[in-house]
Amino acid sequence: MRFFEYESRAIVAKAGIPITKQGFAKTPEEARRIAEQIGGPVVIKSQVLSGGRMKAGGVKFADTPDEAAGHAERILELEIGGHMPRGVLVDDRADVKHEYYAGVVWDGIRKLPVILFSDMGGIDIEEVAENHPDHVARAHFSTLRPFSDWQAKQLISSLGVTGSALNRLTPILARLARLFLSYDMTLAEINPLGELTDGAFVALDAHMDMENEARPRQKELLHELGVGDEETRQAREPTPFELAGEQVDAMDHRGVAGNVTEFDGNLGLVIGAGGGSLTLFDAVRAQGGKPANYCEIGGNPSVRKACGLAKLVLQKPGVERIAVMMSIVSNTRVDIVARGVIKACVELGHDPAEKIAIFRIPGAWEEEGFKILERYGIEYADRSVSLHEAARRAVEKIQGGNGAGAEGDQFRQTTAEIGSETDV
Amino acid sequence: MSILIDADTTFIVQGITGREAVNLVKECLDYGAGAKIVGGVTPGRKGRDVHGVPVFDTVAQCVEHHRGPIDGSVVTVPPAFTKDAVFEALQNGIKLVVIVTERIPRGDVAQMVELAAEREARIIGPNCLGVIVPDVIKMGGIGGPARDAAKSYTPGTVGVISRSGGMTTEMSSTLTAAGLGQSTAVSIGGDAIIGSSYAELMPLFEADPQTEAIVIYTEPGGRMEAELARYVTENDSRLPIVAFMAGRFMDEMPGMSFGHAGTIVEGKEDTATEKIARLAQAGIVVAEEISVIPDIVKDKLGARV
Repeated sequence: MRFFEYESRAIVAKAGIPITKQGFAKTPEEARRIAEQIGGPVVIKSQVLSGGRMKAGGVKFADTPDEAAGHAERILELEIGGHMPRGVLVDDRADVKHEYYAGVVWDGIRKLPVILFSDMGGIDIEEVAENHPDHVARAHFSTLRPFSDWQAKQLISSLGVTGSALNRLTPILARLARLFLSYDMTLAEINPLGELTDGAFVALDAHMDMENEARPRQKELLHELGVGDEETRQAREPTPFELAGEQVDAMDHRGVAGNVTEFDGNLGLVIGAGGGSLTLFDAVRAQGGKPANYCEIGGNPSVRKACGLAKLVLQKPGVERIAVMMSIVSNTRVDIVARGVIKACVELGHDPAEKIAIFRIPGAWEEEGFKILERYGIEYADRSVSLHEAARRAVEKIQGGNGAGAEGDQFRQTTAEIGSETDV
Repeated sequence: MSILIDADTTFIVQGITGREAVNLVKECLDYGAGAKIVGGVTPGRKGRDVHGVPVFDTVAQCVEHHRGPIDGSVVTVPPAFTKDAVFEALQNGIKLVVIVTERIPRGDVAQMVELAAEREARIIGPNCLGVIVPDVIKMGGIGGPARDAAKSYTPGTVGVISRSGGMTTEMSSTLTAAGLGQSTAVSIGGDAIIGSSYAELMPLFEADPQTEAIVIYTEPGGRMEAELARYVTENDSRLPIVAFMAGRFMDEMPGMSFGHAGTIVEGKEDTATEKIARLAQAGIVVAEEISVIPDIVKDKLGARV
């Protein structure tokens, strides 16, 4: 999960790295008050989770508190990259002599964190690495042994930095390396790391990303920053359809109906699991199909959960039919998913044989599952039909047919035989 | 022959009394010649048994009861306790740790991997289904119940490596249907940092006389495929490799993660498009769909004779 700049700088400060005088404001009045407290020229920065703030006009300089309030008012209403700002950061405009870069990321191949340092800060580190590779130093470090200051010192000095700059930078980089591990970050970056005219070093901007999996054990930090459990901080805000998907998943603890993501096609997808969903979504598109959604069911979901997900997808505007497909299952039960999706169709007044373009889930309890599907006249396939072939059949049906299940379908059948919660 | 495990491999299950672990034990005992599960650990449950496998409080007690070193462990404890469990296994001389647990923070995984390297041990996973040698042994939930696993996996000459547990079985089943058996299939896990990558398993397959070709399942995110491409180029591998890449649609959705924790397009290098290009450059055929993989493999095998 990404942090806003004002949060990232709070994290940096908490780790003992100096930052400029600053404050977070949600109104122009608050911005004015903070500017007064700082007492001097300030920078007003939009707090959004997207890049390109400067270009979009989300960063403005102010000499007086009145000017700060004026800038804040405009920036608070400025959408950047599809996001409205959460507020503005009112930041002391420091007298910067030189800009450095410091960052820590994971190296998935070496399976170790790597700390990066550059004496060319203020620009994208990728750009520096490409155009001025001799200005980027990097070093892997252990996750088992504590990070020692000398490791930072050696890294910084390898670029020829010496004197008081070296001695002031060393603890900053060492603290950044330690906070990266202790707060479960996937990215911890200070850019620029400014050397001021008075010789002090401060973090002028910071970018932090925390691993989602670590949120439970980082509750204290998140609480301190005021980050709620409900904030997903994904690349884009979840849509109402996607939020409804999360509710389906939360209905009970049996199985997973995860990653429900909205698209604007006419073929609803009830697909699983991780790799199977990725494969099937590609397959539908490769056949010229237009998926209405993405999702991942698995982990042996209950009838209730499979039904809930199928209903959600069936009720999505524009969905003509659904395809129920998974790679071979060993834990999830074929019969339970079959019951769930049939129940969804019937309860919504549709004929399952019309609405379900294809059911392709081979594996555990498939004999039982196929029997149920047969009874309802639903087209199903076993493992001899490939994932791509199943996707092709589903797409063909939706493109060939005149959209099954218009309003007047009114297919009613007793749900007794598919059972409500017959799964064990 | 096989890699990683064979009929003689002994292992324990950490977290053995959990619901999924109980099933896993039964599946492994039933499969092939029957896995040699010499003990299980759930703290505080010493004295019980799971399908006849004795339960202990500690790994040390398992080793003592077995009266000798134990080869492996399947770890299926909640994410907050996984690191401790893996450390316990490694410090008690276990050389192969299969981590089933998902949602473990990367920092923990890195620590486990680092300690494993110091102890000259190997980790498979996390977030994986384990390893199977068809008709001989399976270590983990891979393939499901013995009866189901027997439908998908048959002995043969193809090594399978997959970032998705389910797709390991889907691809093996496709190979089986086409008359191509597998030497060993390894579900390596879908996280950003895993114990054993494609490139790290390649030397094992390379050294296995039974293996004649490799089939891999890949996804966007990370640089593991680039690492494999480099390995193949630098080592002049004797094994033809056929790859399948899922999640091509993710190229259009940077910053979003689908399927597995490790799948996220962050830069240009980890897109599906870029990976396909890199694999192709290294002479690795990237199949458009899974159903065509057997023919490509047969073609490659035929061409070598």
